[in-house]
Amino acid sequence: MTALLELRNVSKLFGGGFFSGRPPLHALDGITFSIPEDRPTITAIAGESGSGKTTLARILLGIATPSAGQVLYRGKDVARISGAERKRFRLEVQPIFQDPFESYNPFYKVDHVLTTPARNFKIGKSKAERRSRIEEALHAVGLQPEETLGRFPHQLSGGQRQRVMVARALLLRPRILLADEPVSMVDASLRATILDSVYTLNRTHGISVIYITHDLTTAYQVSDNIIVLYRGSVAEAGSVEQVIKQPKHPYTQLLVQSIPRPDPRKLWGDVPARGDAEALGEAVGCKFADRCPFVMDACRSAVPPLHHIDPHRVASCFLYRDSKVVAEQDIAGVFAPRADAARTGPVRA
Amino acid sequence: MTSLTAATAARSSASSEHSLVVEDLRVHYDTPEGVIKAVDGVSLALKPGERLALVGESGSGKSTLAMALMRLTKAPGRIVAGHIYLGGKDITLLEEPEMRQLRLNEIALVPQGAMNSLNPVMRVKHQIIDGILDHVADRKQTPDSHELEERVNRLLARVGLSPEVGRMFPHELSGGMKQRVAMAIAISLSPRVIVADEPTSALDVVVQRQIMQTLGRLQQGLDAAVILIGHDMGLVAQFANRVGVMYAGKLVELGPVQQIFTEPLHPYTKLLIESLPNLEEKKKFIGIPGLPPTLLRLPSGCVFHPRCPSFIKGTCETVAPHYQEVRPERETSCHLYAGVRA
Ligand SMILES: Nc1ncnc2c1ncn2[C@@H]1O[C@H](COP(=O)(O)OP(=O)(O)OP(=O)(O)O)[C@@H](O)[C@H]1O
Ligand SMILES: Nc1ncnc2c1ncn2[C@@H]1O[C@H](COP(=O)(O)OP(=O)(O)OP(=O)(O)O)[C@@H](O)[C@H]1O
Ligand SMILES: [Mg+2]
Ligand SMILES: [Mg+2]
Repeated sequence: MTALLELRNVSKLFGGGFFSGRPPLHALDGITFSIPEDRPTITAIAGESGSGKTTLARILLGIATPSAGQVLYRGKDVARISGAERKRFRLEVQPIFQDPFESYNPFYKVDHVLTTPARNFKIGKSKAERRSRIEEALHAVGLQPEETLGRFPHQLSGGQRQRVMVARALLLRPRILLADEPVSMVDASLRATILDSVYTLNRTHGISVIYITHDLTTAYQVSDNIIVLYRGSVAEAGSVEQVIKQPKHPYTQLLVQSIPRPDPRKLWGDVPARGDAEALGEAVGCKFADRCPFVMDACRSAVPPLHHIDPHRVASCFLYRDSKVVAEQDIAGVFAPRADAARTGPVRA
Repeated sequence: MTSLTAATAARSSASSEHSLVVEDLRVHYDTPEGVIKAVDGVSLALKPGERLALVGESGSGKSTLAMALMRLTKAPGRIVAGHIYLGGKDITLLEEPEMRQLRLNEIALVPQGAMNSLNPVMRVKHQIIDGILDHVADRKQTPDSHELEERVNRLLARVGLSPEVGRMFPHELSGGMKQRVAMAIAISLSPRVIVADEPTSALDVVVQRQIMQTLGRLQQGLDAAVILIGHDMGLVAQFANRVGVMYAGKLVELGPVQQIFTEPLHPYTKLLIESLPNLEEKKKFIGIPGLPPTLLRLPSGCVFHPRCPSFIKGTCETVAPHYQEVRPERETSCHLYAGVRA
């Protein structure tokens, strides 16, 4: 079975040229994972600022090229595809970016981001049909076409602009939606509305979602599986039930402990303040060693491999060296199937 | 246990019990399309050591209120009515030179996007020193350079930064480090009130937690009152003692943090709390239905009525509810509680 989209041992280096006098920065370090063809999934990619999330997104979209490794779409290297295949790739993998403003041209009405791709990708047979498909998509994300169309981007709120981008994705019916921090700039109530539309895209339209965020609470809520990046490498990956509810890698544990719970009865403990990641240099062994409360000698001399700790979890940490090293490179191999029954709670009409 | 509503507190505002009392404050923006009432009759009172969080949707007037408290409202904005008592003194009546002395000395702001508010071509320590020199009350007491250097290092240490950071330029620092520099400037003259406008948005959770804990420590050391502005309810739950909820320029609810989270009164607060995702169970996502109102054309009666699930026909769309104390320490403006008085 070929995967729909696949990263094979992808690395990305920045800077560090011959003249710069500095070592290059490994924004990504040998990442391998895939999105299956046969079932829609939601995969979160999390990690602190600078961990390489956006770099990974840009490489997946073919906007940036990896320094090493390959991105394959339906088995073909995206750096090499052209013509009809390239067009199909650009239709089937749609981005939503962190700052919706960047996706708009301030001189065009909002309609532009919907009508142009609808025409380019031949959505609907007539202008009228295109229009009704656009209205349908706007309704699906809770927007009124009459309140949205005909306006300029600055006349919409941030949350409305962001939802127009989700509507655009709905309209184009891609196979994969790649959302980079789609809700980090909106407030709590709109966040719920937007994530709900993303979730619906997956559950009712069969679109796979890659959800990039540093918010582990929403990552837990929307996704089936998660990849936690630390300075360009996979620290821990697997089902959200395991990785977020019972984190095993000390870095994931730090992240989860730091989540500000919206509950005054569950207060943060004191943090062992162990410096910002940016302030640290390139390490020889484990990149997290300098901040790790459990650091051992082994961590300073070699990079820990990915250990297969639980059926649906891997972690790159010597604390788990008794567990076997993952056989296959592709971390999606350990991912859990999606769980639908778990979703409970109030439903409002 | 008795408590003071802002209105009664304002009457006794000469007393030293409160660090800050805001009474019926109104800030308007005069725009070509009309008047935007961004802060529309807000009253609140803060005691030393208290941590009040102000939450509300984007555009509800939080930053406008913060700037007004600093008397930094810029045109087309204008404080059109109300009083702000800082340590008993009504700062809305002060001339600018006098107000200038109070800023940083008595009340300090960590502005929204503080990390972008630093001067990019100036070393960190000079930015801190400038703040101190700008606001020393008595020119004759200007500290010498050695003393200033010492003070800068002490301030940096208090926000968890090493003295080397003083010699660096902002672009050499991470977002979290810049945010801490902005906080060092804010506490440099030991103010009695610190206003922090979204001090950690755009930072990741680990750095967020470090910064909020730093702010908490500093505040305890100074026994200052803090107003934390933001829409991250997680941070609010972690940090505040009391929470004020703003909607379309008005304070619609105020109460102790625990009660706001477990037993919100105003329907808007209820929806806000319900919309929060948690780690305990996978829930359906529920947003607040409808859109925030445009401040240019506010709905009649209660401003929240078009989105309110508890809407009382015949009342809510015609009569604006009074903001009042409905239980000890709990204030709200909602017709559901009109008959209830504390
Ligand atoms: N064009 C570039 N040139 C040089 N360095 C870059 C470039 N783009 C990214 N980097 C560096 O690569 C690393 C990863 O950056 P990236 O933007 O992928 O992080 P991120 O995880 O998306 O962070 P954030 O949460 O802040 O968005 C960072 O150290 C960043 O400074
Ligand atoms: N300079 C200005 N001129 C005209 N209107 C303004 C100006 N500044 C703010 N406003 C309006 O005043 C209202 C309140 O804005 P404010 O920035 O105080 O909101 P906020 O609650 O801080 O929002 P956010 O959470 O997005 O920071 C908004 O409707 C805004 O559009
Ligand atoms: Mg990014
Ligand atoms: Mg603001």
